[in-house]
Amino acid sequence: MSNAPATPSRKLTDAETRLAEIFATQQSAGAPQLATLRTAAFDAFSKTGLPNRHDEAWKYTDLRALLRDVKPLAAPPEESAAQSMRDAAVLTGVAARRIVFVGGYFVPTLSDLGDLEKGLSVMSLSEALAKGDAATTALLGKVGKVDDPAFALNTAFMGEGVVIRIGAGRCVERPIQLVFVAGEQPATYFLRSLIVVEKGARATLIESFEGATTQEYHVNAATEVVLEEGATLERLKISREGGAAMHVSTFVASLAANARLSDFGLNLGGALLRNQSFVSLNGQGAHAGVRGANILKNKEHADATLFLDHAAERSESKALFKSVLEDSSQAVFQGKILVRPGAQKTDARMMARALLLSEGAQANCKPELEIFADDVQCAHGSTVGALDENLVFYLMARGIGRIEAEALLTEAFIGEAIDAVENRSVREALAALVAERLRARK
Amino acid sequence: MTALLEIRNLKAEIAGKQILNGYDLTVKAGEVHAIMGPNGSGKSTLSYVLSGRPGYTITEGQALLAGADLSQMSVDERAAAGLFLAFQYPLEVPGVATMTFLRAAVNAQRKKRGEEEMSSPDLIKSVKEIAKILDMDMEMLRRPVNVGFSGGEKKRAETLQMMLLQPKLCILDETDSGLDIDALKVVSNGVNQLRSKDRGIVVITHYQRLLDYITPDVVHVQSAGRIVRTGGKELALELEETGYASYQSEAA
Ligand SMILES: Nc1ncnc2c1ncn2[C@@H]1O[C@H](COP(=O)(O)OP(=O)(O)O)[C@@H](O)[C@H]1O
Ligand SMILES: [Mg+2]
Repeated sequence: MSNAPATPSRKLTDAETRLAEIFATQQSAGAPQLATLRTAAFDAFSKTGLPNRHDEAWKYTDLRALLRDVKPLAAPPEESAAQSMRDAAVLTGVAARRIVFVGGYFVPTLSDLGDLEKGLSVMSLSEALAKGDAATTALLGKVGKVDDPAFALNTAFMGEGVVIRIGAGRCVERPIQLVFVAGEQPATYFLRSLIVVEKGARATLIESFEGATTQEYHVNAATEVVLEEGATLERLKISREGGAAMHVSTFVASLAANARLSDFGLNLGGALLRNQSFVSLNGQGAHAGVRGANILKNKEHADATLFLDHAAERSESKALFKSVLEDSSQAVFQGKILVRPGAQKTDARMMARALLLSEGAQANCKPELEIFADDVQCAHGSTVGALDENLVFYLMARGIGRIEAEALLTEAFIGEAIDAVENRSVREALAALVAERLRARK
Repeated sequence: MTALLEIRNLKAEIAGKQILNGYDLTVKAGEVHAIMGPNGSGKSTLSYVLSGRPGYTITEGQALLAGADLSQMSVDERAAAGLFLAFQYPLEVPGVATMTFLRAAVNAQRKKRGEEEMSSPDLIKSVKEIAKILDMDMEMLRRPVNVGFSGGEKKRAETLQMMLLQPKLCILDETDSGLDIDALKVVSNGVNQLRSKDRGIVVITHYQRLLDYITPDVVHVQSAGRIVRTGGKELALELEETGYASYQSEAA
């Protein structure tokens, strides 16, 4: 295996050097195609190295400067340590089928894989890779054309996650929740999942990430989703990472004709959170709702970078991002809408709104439209503002304390993004999670 | 006995501009006072100073609620202590459901007073009863607070909040404006139900009309930031005849 960096002109950072060392010693289990895939991915990564602020897509999140060192790849947790995480998961109020990962490893004893609904198949990524599952290796890294160093790193190092397939025409009512709980020790987790929703099938997927530790740990997660013709997926991602955690996640989705994706991401904690989404509307009449909300404090930094690629007629996308920022936290929203030639009657709307609860907080917003078709509707907008003190006064004049008054108004602000969540029990659980978080302010 | 509201030589300003110029007013429990006066004489300013709206500064004098200095209390503490202001222009609060808001208000006040919270079924029952008195459609209360309400509906909603919260001192700032005669009767009926020996009511109005339905014990004329004349309910009728012109010139 040759991992020589392709750009020797630049001195590698310590983190980049360390990544190359780890990659060189990594045992690649599984099929030969997999080793090829990993090597190609690491080579692609080495060409650019860690992204920095000169990369347009990473303008506000300079990973090269931020990633000082690389934490060791996680070792399997002791069974007792894994069991102690039993109650850790967010959204426990939702009767989801839970698949639990602690410290980057699948924990069968905490997971519910019994009585799978007809047409639902679930396999851990490690199992699929070890078996050399052809359907998996054929798709991994190929759901979209994503040229991104963080995603390439994920492909090079992907360790654990799930491969889920919903058979054609099947409707899996019960939400499937992937619970990723960080371990106690500093570590790097490379998590990867692949979801295929076949023709006309439906499912709800929750991915929750949490960590109770104040130690610094690094998560690099990626989820690839294939929605075949007429398939529907509602996906929720919740990040409540530890206060020193860095979390970089890539979401890649490909939508065939009349497929529907409803995606909502909620960021409640983590020193650095980068969520990048690459959504391709490849079939006529495909629809993607991509929404997110940040509630940040201290020096937390959350970056949502979105690429909506309209490649077919009558495709629709609705993007809505809301940020509530306290202290000196920062939210970044970068959204790009591309309408390819021939994608007539595209309807694409994008909105980012930020609510600053303190003077030191900051919101950056960079929308971008690239339109190569003439009969389309595209709109984008953004707002940044503070709470309306007149409304705070009105609520307080009824006896409501300041924290509660601000929480009510902030919930109302975030509510618009949460209201779009279609699964009722998930929506209510998310609202409760937000309500709890907003009342935990000092 | 301590007065419910005792205002002594109160001077207050907004944006560096003095609006209240030595205000004196005493309201005892069981009394209904009317404050009448021309536009711009500082009637709303008085209500905001008492409720603690940011931006209004007391520069001299005192306002005591049941003996407690209001200036030492936060806005929500004043409310929990029993002060209620029915706003001249009630605000719309998008995204906050009316019931959520009412529950938050009732229970925040109860909590501050060390009382038990009101259960949801009890709250809904109370709200339904009050809505019936005020001839309000429960459908309206499923909307966010005041959002899309007409002027008159907002005034009814303010009255509903007041009847639910059972304050010690009610200040109604031009509750009659924007109400047609039928609505005026309904709202006045609601206010009259709050009349009690333990409660004080201050009705701020520009017109005498409201006082046909809510009969005051005392009528004050306010001009240029202070009370310039006090009398019985016949004073309101006299004002109806003569208008405020003489008071405005007196103030100038
Ligand atoms: N925010 C403000 N800044 C400056 N002046 C104000 C402000 N609000 C009210 N005023 C002034 O205070 C005076 C009294 O207003 P207000 O209390 O609303 O009178 P009323 O309710 O009797 O009509 C008016 O001259 C008005 O212009
Ligand atoms: Mg007024």
